[in-house]
Amino acid sequence: MKIKKNIPLIDQHDKLGFWGGKFGGSYIPETLKKPVNELTEKFKKLRKNKSFIAKRDFYFKSYIGSPTRFIKLDNLSKHLGGAEIWAKVVSDANGGAHKIYNATVHALICKAMGKKYIIGDTGAGYAGKMLSMAAKKFGLKCKIFMGAKDIKRQKPNCDAIRKNGAEIVPVTTGSQTLVDAVSECMRYWVSNCDTTHMCVGSTVGPNIFVKICGWSTAQISRELKAQLILEFKNIPKKIKLINCVGGGSSAYGFWSEFIDYPKTQIELIGVEAGGPKNSKLHAAPLSRNAKLGILHGAASYVCQDKEGQINETESISAGLDYPGVSPIHCFLKDAKRARYTYATDEDALNAYKLVTRFEKLNPSLEPSHAFAEAIKIAPKLSQDNMIIVNSCGDAKKDRDILKQRLGKK
Amino acid sequence: MNSPIAEAFIKANKNKRPALLTYTVAGDNSKKKSLQILNAISNYADICEIGFPHNTPIADGGQIQTSAYRAIKNGIRISDVFDIVSIYRKNKNSKPIILMGYYNMIFQYGENKFLKSCKNSGVDGLIVVDLPWPENKKFAKKCKNNFIDFIQLISPTTSFERLKKIIKDSHNVIYYISMLSTTGGKLKVSPKEILLNYNKIKKINPKKKCIIGFGITEKNISKLKSSDGLVVGSQISKEISRSLNNRQNPVTNVSKLVKKLKNKIL
Ligand SMILES: Cc1ncc(COP(=O)(O)O)c(C=O)c1O
Repeated sequence: MKIKKNIPLIDQHDKLGFWGGKFGGSYIPETLKKPVNELTEKFKKLRKNKSFIAKRDFYFKSYIGSPTRFIKLDNLSKHLGGAEIWAKVVSDANGGAHKIYNATVHALICKAMGKKYIIGDTGAGYAGKMLSMAAKKFGLKCKIFMGAKDIKRQKPNCDAIRKNGAEIVPVTTGSQTLVDAVSECMRYWVSNCDTTHMCVGSTVGPNIFVKICGWSTAQISRELKAQLILEFKNIPKKIKLINCVGGGSSAYGFWSEFIDYPKTQIELIGVEAGGPKNSKLHAAPLSRNAKLGILHGAASYVCQDKEGQINETESISAGLDYPGVSPIHCFLKDAKRARYTYATDEDALNAYKLVTRFEKLNPSLEPSHAFAEAIKIAPKLSQDNMIIVNSCGDAKKDRDILKQRLGKK
Repeated sequence: MNSPIAEAFIKANKNKRPALLTYTVAGDNSKKKSLQILNAISNYADICEIGFPHNTPIADGGQIQTSAYRAIKNGIRISDVFDIVSIYRKNKNSKPIILMGYYNMIFQYGENKFLKSCKNSGVDGLIVVDLPWPENKKFAKKCKNNFIDFIQLISPTTSFERLKKIIKDSHNVIYYISMLSTTGGKLKVSPKEILLNYNKIKKINPKKKCIIGFGITEKNISKLKSSDGLVVGSQISKEISRSLNNRQNPVTNVSKLVKKLKNKIL
């Protein structure tokens, strides 16, 4: 499996939508063929349309607040000794996470398609919160599908969604988490696709949703590249880009500009949710070698049993608690361009404690998984190495979990 | 020689009525009960659709999800589904079987092995909800080579151009989804409008049998009886749930329901 140079990874799929000949595609019910094709055609045009791009850039700057900061974590680096640790503080973005990029682009597309209703799934509540923000901003009516378990554990984001005037539809089937929310959202779309636009909250789902989401979050690495050049005159020689991976939208956005660089110069490391330390359950299909399967309209590595029933997952981080993963990350894994590992709930909590002790940074439980890997490898690396972590979410939403697990903060 | 499915249509249409197709989830609520249900409804149904239960069914509404979860919770596995079919097919009164499910289960089992098990157990047709045309071309061909009818789905959103291509690649039967909905939704379009679309499909190739499903219940089935065949699923699932909740025997209740459905289309 080989990655082509000078072509965005999101476009390196075949006619039927498969990356590397087997990841992705569009396994959808017949009813969705038309809306998916329409969306595909529309997006193809819009991304070449100068005024649409200008609009996107305008909102990215004036509404989302691009660029987000790129900072050195002096104290943490000193404490660990070894590689320099930096952070791209994507949680600076309006709303507190990278999910705002995809949400804003989907709202703009929805408007361009003349639809008034928009729906989306959410796990951590960020994708839902951002979609509700964008919907409010652009005058769209919004419904958010969310597992009942997640509604309980991510209350601050739920409050925000409701405050923005969106409706939360609780999903009480299955494990009552993100996987069930995405299923229910797709079902709703099957029934209402003539009036309603669907946003998928990560680089998962049928091919076109992977593309739109990746195209949106790619802003993160465009900024980072410019910031690196500004800081160092050119791209440093030994970089490791560490990102948590749930569906994989922030990781793809963080990496997309750097995929063509040699692995020896820029290493890409994805960190999945390993779940509780001694639990059999996890949400780490790439690093724990799950089999190829079909989930939510695409083929990817999926936590599943021998017969193709989707496994329950478990993670302290609602945003990573998903049995599948983006087909483009499967492609990056099999092409050996990126390396994937996992951090347990406990690793993430410890990383959170350490980062907040040394830095004025408050990463949510998702990027705390990425910090766990950074903390693990930094001491083993010489000082001419540079680790950059995407701090893609703010921990305000996790206050109840953190309080419960770490005592009062 | 005609396939058993084709024969079933000939027989029903000779009597100037549509074929009645029932949909039940294999193993709902147990292997034994689901076999008993199949045997009982065979007195009235012309073709039996059987769903292999999946725990992430993106095109199914609440009723069929409940049935699938119930079956999985009771330990139903793919081998049980094939067991049910092969035991059922030994019954002299048995009807042709169409298996319906999601592609991941076929993918994990292996396409070729799956088709072999279909043949060995006596499956006559297949519906794969999330494998649309043209993605299904290769698999549909494999089915045909194995004398299994791959049933193409068509929906109100299917364009005319697409419709023609799908029909061209279809086998004996086409399934028209009556409305924009998952299974189990309330019928939100008029039977008249459904039949209008149905006639468009029939016009392209009158020889293909076209069945209609989604939202069909004893309330509206008679208004659609000019079609080749009608599928009732969620109402049966619901009846099983209702019977279990009321501690009644789902076999007799479902059998009564299917008898009623049949009487409405005579
Ligand atoms: C802050 C944050 N990071 C990461 C994720 C995981 O998603 P992805 O892998 O698409 O970035 C989520 C998802 O909700 C999130 O809220």
